[in-house]
Amino acid sequence: MIRTLPNSRAYTWSFHVFVILYFVFLFAPLLVTCVLAFNDSNFPSLPWNGGTLDWFFSPGPQRVGIFHDAQNLRSILVSFQTAVIVSVLCVVVGTCAAFAFEQETFPFKNLLYFLMLAPLVIPGVILGISQLLGATTAGMFFETHFDLDIAIFRPSFWLVVLGQFSFITTFVALVVSARLRKFDRSLEEAALNLGATRFQVIRFITLRFLRPAIIGAGAVAFLMSFENFNTTLFLVGSQPTLPINLYLQVRDGSTPVINAISFLLIVGTSCLALVNLYFSRKEA
Amino acid sequence: MKTSRLSLWIFLSPVLMWLVLLIVLPHLDLFIMSFRAKDEYGRMGFSLQNYVHFFEEPIYWLTFVRTAVYSVITTFFTFLLAMPVAFYIVKVVRPKYKGFLMVLLLLPFWVSELVRVYGWMILLRESGVVNFFLLKLGIVDAPLKMLYTDATMIMGLVYTSMLFMVVPVISVLESLDDSLIEAASDLGGSKISIWREIILPHCKPGITSGAIVVFMLSLGNYLTPNLMGGKNSLWFTEQIYNQFIASFNWNQGAAFGFLLLLLSSGIIWAGLKLSRVKLGEVAS
Repeated sequence: MIRTLPNSRAYTWSFHVFVILYFVFLFAPLLVTCVLAFNDSNFPSLPWNGGTLDWFFSPGPQRVGIFHDAQNLRSILVSFQTAVIVSVLCVVVGTCAAFAFEQETFPFKNLLYFLMLAPLVIPGVILGISQLLGATTAGMFFETHFDLDIAIFRPSFWLVVLGQFSFITTFVALVVSARLRKFDRSLEEAALNLGATRFQVIRFITLRFLRPAIIGAGAVAFLMSFENFNTTLFLVGSQPTLPINLYLQVRDGSTPVINAISFLLIVGTSCLALVNLYFSRKEA
Repeated sequence: MKTSRLSLWIFLSPVLMWLVLLIVLPHLDLFIMSFRAKDEYGRMGFSLQNYVHFFEEPIYWLTFVRTAVYSVITTFFTFLLAMPVAFYIVKVVRPKYKGFLMVLLLLPFWVSELVRVYGWMILLRESGVVNFFLLKLGIVDAPLKMLYTDATMIMGLVYTSMLFMVVPVISVLESLDDSLIEAASDLGGSKISIWREIILPHCKPGITSGAIVVFMLSLGNYLTPNLMGGKNSLWFTEQIYNQFIASFNWNQGAAFGFLLLLLSSGIIWAGLKLSRVKLGEVAS
């Protein structure tokens, strides 16, 4: 049954085989995607025609590698900018939320806490359409009452930022709150007794204690924003993010350039994941 | 400790702005929009027409029901697959491999959902890798049609949301004392009764939170049903997308969105009530 009990050979081996099969299931699609990025063929499929780096570096005209593909490169840049802005915003507001809910008392605290958790249970598509509707209504309001045309309220780069910010902040707030709960508040009291102001305490003691959680949450926020599809789909304007751009290409047929981008994404996120894991181990 | 009002406002004001402007108002707008429609003179006004339309057109409510039923099936299969894997990692494998397996388990889920779905597409389509090997080995004479079927779509959904079941189940299993299982086994309990009387009851909170998240993610998924499902496996999020982007009928789309939100919150509420777990516990 478990490792401390005697088990029959058949039981243990069938369990091993099951788990091996499970990991094959888990990694097969990623592995195949990576391998086919290097196949010397015009379609991302077998047979294997030998290796090539064309889908990364070829300047065209028959094969355009990812590093010469202006449209995809632009979408990577857009995603990158979005993710940086979103993660900074989320970390700031999420940390504020953690402080507010863990250390302060105020009326309607439970109601607000419930509202803060709401984005966890609202499907991303719904978040997307309600941001779109809300922004359009706000835009109409400003146009009819103040005769102002505000571009941010139309599907655009900034609306994507707002839409992603609206739910990623919750994740940051939860991670930072969890860390803040472990904080020994007598350290704050000691600092206050020694004459520090409240903001000095936060800056030199509490924030320092929270730093690993903030960095970890920031990294997760970056990744969530970079890879978000459901919410972004409804808010995107003339500057598609990478997932949207990839989706349009996958839907209309595929070239190994998508494999090349996927390969870069897999390698990039794996590195980020391992770094994040390393830091969270160190923290624990 | 004396709390200053100033620090409360500094923490709370960005949080309030986030929750009111980006969570409460947009969803209120979604709710109001869903009750507005053009009357026979083309004027906008209060109307139940969007909801009536939903119940009158079988394609709409059938899609709704199918989305709900398939999400339940997905949740069930995710549980069936996740439970033994979690059990293996926590209780069966030698402790020195545990950390490594955990990393391996988490890694694929850092990669964008789009890349994972794309991987499945190039594996399973008619010119795909699996068919290539099946033909090569002479197992089949003609390529099998595996992509664009309901079963494949459910497999894709299970794959996509696996992590959110495995992780909470692992964390509850870790708090299960091995000696309980040993004692039951010494007293002559069979494997089935140990699972039924000890392991499953102990894991209930983890299973509940996993099931809630998996259900919600499947319900709100757009990518996997869109790219892996066939013509007959239309997902409700696709209906919402069609209303918003293709037909430009935002009021109808808002009604659909609100119905989906109602369904997901209803099921989550029921799940929480049945298992007596709090929303805050699911989140952490």
